[in-house]
Amino acid sequence: MIGAPGTIPYLQLLDERGQPTGPLPPFATDPAQLQAMYRVMVLARLFDAKAVNLQRTGRLGTYPSCLGHEATHVGVGAALRAEDAIFPVYREIGTKFWRGVSPLEILLFWGGDERGSDYAQSRHDFPFCVPIGSQLPHAAGAALAFQLRREPRCALAYIGDGGTSQGAFYEAINFAGARALPMVTVVVNNGWAISVPVSAQTRAETLAHKALAAGIPGVQVDGNDLLAVRHVVEGALARARAGAGPTLIEALTYRLSDHTTADDASRYRPAAEVDAARAKEPMVRTRKYMESIGAWDEAREQALRSECSLQVEEAVAAYLRSAPPGTDAMFDYVYAELPPALGGQRAQARRYPGTGKH
Amino acid sequence: MAQLTMVEAIQLAQAHEMARDPGVVVLGEDVGVNGGVFRATAGLQQRFGPDRVIDTPLAEGLIAGAAVGMSAMGMKPVVEIQFMGFIYPAFDQIASHIARLRNRTRGRLSCPLVMRMPHGGGIHAPEHHSESLETLLCHHPGLRVLCPSSPARAYGLLLAAIRSPDPVMFLEPVRLYRMSRQEVADDGESLPIEGCYRLRAGTDVTIACWGAITVEVQKAAQLLAAENISCEVIDLASLAPVDYETLVDSVVRTGRLVIAHEAARNCGLGAEIAATVSEHALYDLQAPVRRVTGYDTIMPLYRLENAYLPGVERIADTVRSVMSE
Repeated sequence: MIGAPGTIPYLQLLDERGQPTGPLPPFATDPAQLQAMYRVMVLARLFDAKAVNLQRTGRLGTYPSCLGHEATHVGVGAALRAEDAIFPVYREIGTKFWRGVSPLEILLFWGGDERGSDYAQSRHDFPFCVPIGSQLPHAAGAALAFQLRREPRCALAYIGDGGTSQGAFYEAINFAGARALPMVTVVVNNGWAISVPVSAQTRAETLAHKALAAGIPGVQVDGNDLLAVRHVVEGALARARAGAGPTLIEALTYRLSDHTTADDASRYRPAAEVDAARAKEPMVRTRKYMESIGAWDEAREQALRSECSLQVEEAVAAYLRSAPPGTDAMFDYVYAELPPALGGQRAQARRYPGTGKH
Repeated sequence: MAQLTMVEAIQLAQAHEMARDPGVVVLGEDVGVNGGVFRATAGLQQRFGPDRVIDTPLAEGLIAGAAVGMSAMGMKPVVEIQFMGFIYPAFDQIASHIARLRNRTRGRLSCPLVMRMPHGGGIHAPEHHSESLETLLCHHPGLRVLCPSSPARAYGLLLAAIRSPDPVMFLEPVRLYRMSRQEVADDGESLPIEGCYRLRAGTDVTIACWGAITVEVQKAAQLLAAENISCEVIDLASLAPVDYETLVDSVVRTGRLVIAHEAARNCGLGAEIAATVSEHALYDLQAPVRRVTGYDTIMPLYRLENAYLPGVERIADTVRSVMSE
């Protein structure tokens, strides 16, 4: 082909004041579905604040806050089917909660215990992935497995704005395009990769443009708009499930927090920018919309907050009283069976158990 | 039984497992229509179809990473990396995910995959096509690293690798691909995944080696027999984990150890073997442990590769040196 147009659609269903911008999909007027999604958003936000507090008081390791990402994470979660598989980065608490991962499991992981990635629910989902972008090929491989076995399942990969600079990102969406794999990639563009703004990552007009070279659709969505995120992701998943191939979705949101508890974003980020972003954050907008259709009120809000706070407090209590993993845990999952050559080291480790403290 | 080269045995083992297990999928660069640049997947796509033998884009990191996702979702990818010198782009996946997924999920997910790759030099190949990088893989807990030294062992060990619940890096000595033929029964019998092979029994000195250099080591042993030096040649076959029990037993009997490998000496697997054997058998040793290895230089282009790779004379001289201690 010589010359080709490239356009990137953008979807917003709720504006910043929670007003619909046009016709809404059916789920968006179903109070039960809205309440279910909003519940997980509130749980994620309360959990997040608690986790930051635990870190600040020396009871949790470094923790990456999800503050401001709740609509994207829960909208994606709600669009998925249980049998789909997710390949997250490490901030997608809302999606994990939606898929049945418990607050205790998340705390265990950031509290330095691999048991936190041994989810009781959604056992085929991948755990958090720290090496940036390296989870994208996993999603492509899972999507290939689903395609080869003719299973109506999709792989959904998350990646951040910084992650789209990684080779693994291009390699994976390129492969997904070449084979029309049932894979949906959600680029969570929160503006910052630690201290580096998107403008320093790329000259691409949008991150969704990166889909065009892979020959797959690239779309943008307001990542603070729960309804739009769910709608766009549902559409992409339906397309993938029908054999029409992958989609790249750029969700535009903002990291209202530091990168992690080890970061101080005030060193590199203007306060005015953060204030402006805070005015667009997703919780208030979702709540206002629900109130406007009679699906929510202050009494329900208070009840939900109490319920979620209790759930978080119970998880924190269970986390704080969790016994440290025994030293055998270092050895017992390296191979399917412990090789004889490692037996001596395992025995030695038992004699030097460490403190295992939080 | 058929007389097969090693590369034919490798092709046969893959075909056997593909017929036995519908989850086995071969993927890599040029493995499909072309049958692999060394022909190790020849005929597989014709027989099993393009959904079982997949030509991937030219991206080793993607291939390794996709194999992670496939294996975690219950398939058995058998990946070909075209040459070991091209493994570096895949290394993030190997080290960060393939080796670790089982551990980091407490066994919830794992990567039972095989990555096959041509290993070593000696075939006048271009730059980056002759590397011996096993030590990079052996350093990563969670990986199994195998290196066969004959067609029959290639067949049996590859079956073991494909059936293993652990990720297996399968290093194929390019120099042996077509060096000789051997009777290989397509009987589906795998070999133990973790065990040394005694290629020659002896009483004076143990020579530990693996891969293509087993050929030169055995020639050296034959040469030395004429000088009344009796060499026991041990083929490690499993480079990680190592069957130290068999190796140490041998050294305790012979009292001497020489380790021969193609890879550079510094931090090579030979260093680890020397240290471990010393920990277990120092007082049984009658001479220092010696290594005969590639030099701590860049693997040269091929005009010098025979100078770089330890040959029969260099190996024999090293053995003579420990005999004269």
